[in-house]
Amino acid sequence: MIKGNFIDNLPKVYGIYTGGFLAFIIIMAIAEQMGMSAKVIGICFVAFTVAIYAIIGWLSRTAQADAYYVAGRQVPTVFNGMATAADWMSGASFVAMAGGIYFKGYGYMALLVGWTGGYVLVASLLAPYLRKFGCYTVPDFIGTRYGGNLSRLMAVIVLTVASFTYVTAQINATGTIASVALDIPFQYAVYVGLISILLCSMLGGMRGVTWTQVAQYIVLIIAYLLPVFWISNKMGAGFFPHFMLADEVARIADLESQFGLGTVTNSAADLANVPKGLAGITKAHSAVNATPWAFISLALAMMMGTASLPHVMMRYFTTPSVKAARKSVGWSLFFIFLLYSSAPMLATLSKLSLIDPNLATGIIGKSIAEVQSIDWYQNWNQANLMFVSDFNGNGTLELNEFFMGGKAVVLATPEIAGLPYVISGLVAAGGMAAAMSTADGLILAIANALSHDLYYKIIDPKAETAKRLVVARVLLVVIGFAGATIAAMEIQGILGSVIWAFDFAMSGLFFPLVLGVWWKRANREGAIAGMALGLISGAGYLIWVRNGGSGFLGITQLTFGIFGSAVSLVSMVVVSLITSEPDTATQKMVDEVRVPSGKSILGKQH
Amino acid sequence: MSKQTQHWEKTRGLLIVTLAIWFVFSIGIFLFGAEMESVTGPFGYPLTYWFTCQGSLGIFVILIFWFANRQEKIDEEFGFSEKGDD
Repeated sequence: MIKGNFIDNLPKVYGIYTGGFLAFIIIMAIAEQMGMSAKVIGICFVAFTVAIYAIIGWLSRTAQADAYYVAGRQVPTVFNGMATAADWMSGASFVAMAGGIYFKGYGYMALLVGWTGGYVLVASLLAPYLRKFGCYTVPDFIGTRYGGNLSRLMAVIVLTVASFTYVTAQINATGTIASVALDIPFQYAVYVGLISILLCSMLGGMRGVTWTQVAQYIVLIIAYLLPVFWISNKMGAGFFPHFMLADEVARIADLESQFGLGTVTNSAADLANVPKGLAGITKAHSAVNATPWAFISLALAMMMGTASLPHVMMRYFTTPSVKAARKSVGWSLFFIFLLYSSAPMLATLSKLSLIDPNLATGIIGKSIAEVQSIDWYQNWNQANLMFVSDFNGNGTLELNEFFMGGKAVVLATPEIAGLPYVISGLVAAGGMAAAMSTADGLILAIANALSHDLYYKIIDPKAETAKRLVVARVLLVVIGFAGATIAAMEIQGILGSVIWAFDFAMSGLFFPLVLGVWWKRANREGAIAGMALGLISGAGYLIWVRNGGSGFLGITQLTFGIFGSAVSLVSMVVVSLITSEPDTATQKMVDEVRVPSGKSILGKQH
Repeated sequence: MSKQTQHWEKTRGLLIVTLAIWFVFSIGIFLFGAEMESVTGPFGYPLTYWFTCQGSLGIFVILIFWFANRQEKIDEEFGFSEKGDD
């Protein structure tokens, strides 16, 4: 059913799908006018989209190793770009990014630069060469390039640590959205989210994940852009917000100084009354509020982390050629750019609509009692995402007396701006798509590394394809449940753990991957030392800083990968140089990898 | 010098140029974040703000496509280009 001419028909298939989704939004909007309740609309949006992903997952089922691991290496560039963008943009990007920009301004925007700039490294240093290599997984490259089970095992360990840190946050996000949209307790919603995730990946592996991720990208980008454009037009800020919000940005800066941002501060006793997780506006919106090193170190850590995260890298194993892999990185970043460049605009619109007294929606300067009687305030206060308190007792809401959760910027702004509820339902579906697609990519990356590299390559090299794929699927379910169980405990915030994943990945994998292609002299001993010492020193630094350590060179718990990767580089170079150079077969293999044409290093079925 | 060595030298040259441009717009300009702040950038945004929201991001997109095209030219020049598919 999904073979051969399916690839040729892709534009048509996804064109019909997009049209169908838009029609569904219109039907929901009409239903809302006819009196359908907000709760039912929310359920319809999440249930409808998840059902579609499940159908795609089922249609993509396969019993072939290369279809399961690398989608048969026939995913066209543009579609692989969309799939990578969905793979990449997590629940954190979708739900939390605009909020982070809203609260932290310039200092936070290092993440935008880092999470896009990293793709330049992916395109120029790694993706085309790993595609030429013909591997199924990232440890497959490390294991073959450097040789030996120990190097392969080390790569599997680094991959698992990084990806698992990341995946719990994603399952957590699917659980949060499912629990709000379906109105069920979080502890159960986490497992509803997990089952949706597994439906996409279990039967079809990479092939199933690829085609669901394309579908998920379409949902999430519509869900992000439609409200931004709508709000901007409704506020009269400009019909194309990205090019037209300069006045609004300047207006926010004026209001900030008018309201005494930075001069009027809250006492610790006052802040103790604010519910956990909510924050006030304490940083300038557009002004530079971080030191160059704070900005650059965070951006650099995210860029190197991007180039080391296996779930992104393995997407480029699915293109038909090396040439296509390079172009595909460009398309990926283009599709990511569409959302990332919109997040600051959403943050601007959201902030202005709340704080500008000249706008009907503005609440600063109104009386506390009046704000507390607004419908949307009551809803979001109940959801524990908004809070006001009259600290100075003057009866009027001041800028420093208004608190909000980071998620509220994406989730609540449509309602504040007076958009119909159908948009909120759409946003929930978009957030679900973003979190699911990333979780799928990550779970698959871990399960594939364990089944292909640990089980097949190390434990039982004689296993039949059928048995390997059974093992792969069992591992997928086991890892999913392990992730969901940890997510259900709710130990850490979404964004913090996402950033840690980047740092872990860059600590252990960045230099072993890059030098594997670009430095012929790199050998097994060096790579093992680089991975082991990089990961251990990075993790050690994190633990040290978390336990009150002062850190050095301004490296924080968000950028510990800079220390880890520096240790990794030095140890890899030193150990490589004091041990013997790789044998001629390995050197010849590196030469082969550097040339796009000719056969891949590893065979089609391996 | 063999064809392969020449090809790799050109490839490495392209890498250095690409990474230099990448460095300027991901790291270099942000050394001067505070200095660029008062400058008005495209569409009237403060320049530093514009780079973080759109400028650097957009430049990375263009840079990758430019890199991919240049690399393809190098591959073709030495006959290492793959045939057929795209």
